[in-house]
Amino acid sequence: MTRKPHGDRVPLPANGVAVRCAGLVKRYEDVTAVAGLDLEVAQGECFGLLGPNGAGKTTTVEVLEGLTPPDEGVVEVLGCRWGSGRDHELRERLGVQLQETQLGEKLTVEETLRLFASFFARSRPVGEVIATVELEEKRRARVGKLSGGQKQRLALACALVSDPDMLFLDEPTTGLDPQARLRVWDVVERFRARGGTVLLTTHAMEEASRLCDRVAIMDRGRILTLGRPAALVAALGVDQIVEFRARGEVAAERLAALPGVRGAVRTDDAWQLSVRRIDEALPALLGELERCGVALESLATHQATLEDVFVSLTGRALRDA
Amino acid sequence: MRERPAPRPHPLVELTRARLLEFVREPEAVFWVFVFPVLLALALGIAFRTRPPERLRAVVVRGTPGAARVAALLAGAPDLDVAVLDAAAAARALRTSRADVVVDAGPDRQDVPLAVTYRYDLTRAEGRAARLAVDDALERALGRRDRLAAREEPVTAPGTRYIDFLIPGLVGLNLMGSGMWGLGFAVVQARTRKLLKRFAATPMRRSHYLLSFILSRLVGLVLEVAVVVGFGWLLFGVAVRGSILALAAVAFLGSLTFAGIGLLVAARPRTVEGVSGWMNLVQLPMWLASGSFFSYERFPAAARPLIRALPLTALNDALRAVINDGAPLAATAHELLVMAAWAAVSFALALRLFRWQ
Ligand SMILES: Nc1ncnc2c1ncn2[C@@H]1O[C@H](COP(=O)(O)OP(=O)(O)O)[C@@H](O)[C@H]1O
Ligand SMILES: [Mg+2]
Repeated sequence: MTRKPHGDRVPLPANGVAVRCAGLVKRYEDVTAVAGLDLEVAQGECFGLLGPNGAGKTTTVEVLEGLTPPDEGVVEVLGCRWGSGRDHELRERLGVQLQETQLGEKLTVEETLRLFASFFARSRPVGEVIATVELEEKRRARVGKLSGGQKQRLALACALVSDPDMLFLDEPTTGLDPQARLRVWDVVERFRARGGTVLLTTHAMEEASRLCDRVAIMDRGRILTLGRPAALVAALGVDQIVEFRARGEVAAERLAALPGVRGAVRTDDAWQLSVRRIDEALPALLGELERCGVALESLATHQATLEDVFVSLTGRALRDA
Repeated sequence: MRERPAPRPHPLVELTRARLLEFVREPEAVFWVFVFPVLLALALGIAFRTRPPERLRAVVVRGTPGAARVAALLAGAPDLDVAVLDAAAAARALRTSRADVVVDAGPDRQDVPLAVTYRYDLTRAEGRAARLAVDDALERALGRRDRLAAREEPVTAPGTRYIDFLIPGLVGLNLMGSGMWGLGFAVVQARTRKLLKRFAATPMRRSHYLLSFILSRLVGLVLEVAVVVGFGWLLFGVAVRGSILALAAVAFLGSLTFAGIGLLVAARPRTVEGVSGWMNLVQLPMWLASGSFFSYERFPAAARPLIRALPLTALNDALRAVINDGAPLAATAHELLVMAAWAAVSFALALRLFRWQ
């Protein structure tokens, strides 16, 4: 552990598990948001929940944060269970960024952080946290005047101001431009470098593969698969994805049976072929289309990603699922 | 300087500070709390300013034999405005309340005594007064001898003007409005923006959050009361006849009461529109019935015990007792009790019902 010692704080569990949850179920009136979820996050790990909108990521995270009581299941965070009389102590050690919190618009960046810092028994100097998220020049600016990316970094700063052992980040970069997204990633990576544990949710696969040691791909309240991003992609057994649009009907079985192709999935108006050998698959595909008298509109290939893992598991694309 | 490891700021202090900063940085809120009541007091104070006693208006009908003589006899009467009009104009003046009494004079010959007919609206006090004044003036002018030695001593008691009545009512109304809106809006807005949930994810004590509203109200209340009372005093000479301490105590309890009610109303709604509706529903009856603008004695006797049980009525009555009558705090015990009961019940309920997400 590279983390500095925590004085009188409760020692981390000996087994090095930061979050453990088993059989987690959360129902709302008409939907089961989380339908039996098991996961473990190790100390010092960055764990990602990856899934489309409505998959149950936020619900899961809010249960773990002790904000929503689960209907069933066991949750243990940093060795404590919520509601066992140690909630206050546990909150001291968690940094939380909720999806969609709007901080008070009339306060300045500095005032907001001072306020959050005052809630914790131990906190980092406000100026230091402002520097961490690179908001020095906005220190005295009102929150209402910040850009989306700056607001998001302030939300991160509010989570970091207590110098937490563990960070929960719910879609920390959704809606941000690539530049702003990089800055958020940078902050998360520096937190990890200090030994902190992170659990984040995202529906951006590049974010998951860049930041996370392990990801769980979620859909409809369940975990479909869980593992290291590279391992999940490798398990697809393909090295390229060929995506094309065509005018006319093509049969999925025929596409899947082409040499060098492992599978074919139709998403919306496009086809996605998982391809093992691009040199065999591409001529075969073109030949097949010609045989069917179908005109090709566009074609692109890319390296397989987590997104393709999701597509292969659900038959839907992550973004429009 | 800022970065020195200062003693940890207390969350209650920081929350209150944040609350006050948010308030002063909201120009609309500042307008409604400080400018609006002053403008209202100004408008109503001018509209209902005390005028010199109104003169009574008598009309003598032209063309009758004694008309000229009656008009001459009335010329010296101090409280009367006398006009001489023809019969049709006189009737019209009476009908439209531009005349209080019409005097029809009889024959005017040395051998026939002067006779007059008074025409006036019996239901109007001015009509009856004018009739008596005309009669009195004529009798005197004709040589009546008064046997009673009467002396007049005009009285203008301070604290009986409408503005004296109004200023405490405006203070009460303002304390209700700012307490309820200030609290209700802020809480529901924080809930809508998921800020309450975000706070709930920190070790912040929930009681600190709610207490910070009370503390910020206390700071606000001093200014609110001072602005309205100071304005009434400077512009209209409305004096606080009781002790400032008693005034402070009454205002404090009133403010606390409406903070409690505001918190209760804001305990559950998820939208600002939702809470606005409830706020209006709760405040409107008190706006009308609690005697801020006119005395609730005008309502039927059966309704008055109910009206007196309203928190704003209690606050207004207590404020008037202290400001207008110079009553000691003990004299307002009943009102204080009513407010304390409202405060206690609404706080207790609010804490029980409060929704953090
Ligand atoms: N407070 C709530 N009341 C009712 N349904 C909810 C509530 N919160 C979430 N849901 C439902 O639960 C499902 C999962 O939502 P959520 O956890 O927000 O997913 P995600 O964060 O992955 O987009 C969705 O179908 C959503 O509509
Ligand atoms: Mg979500």
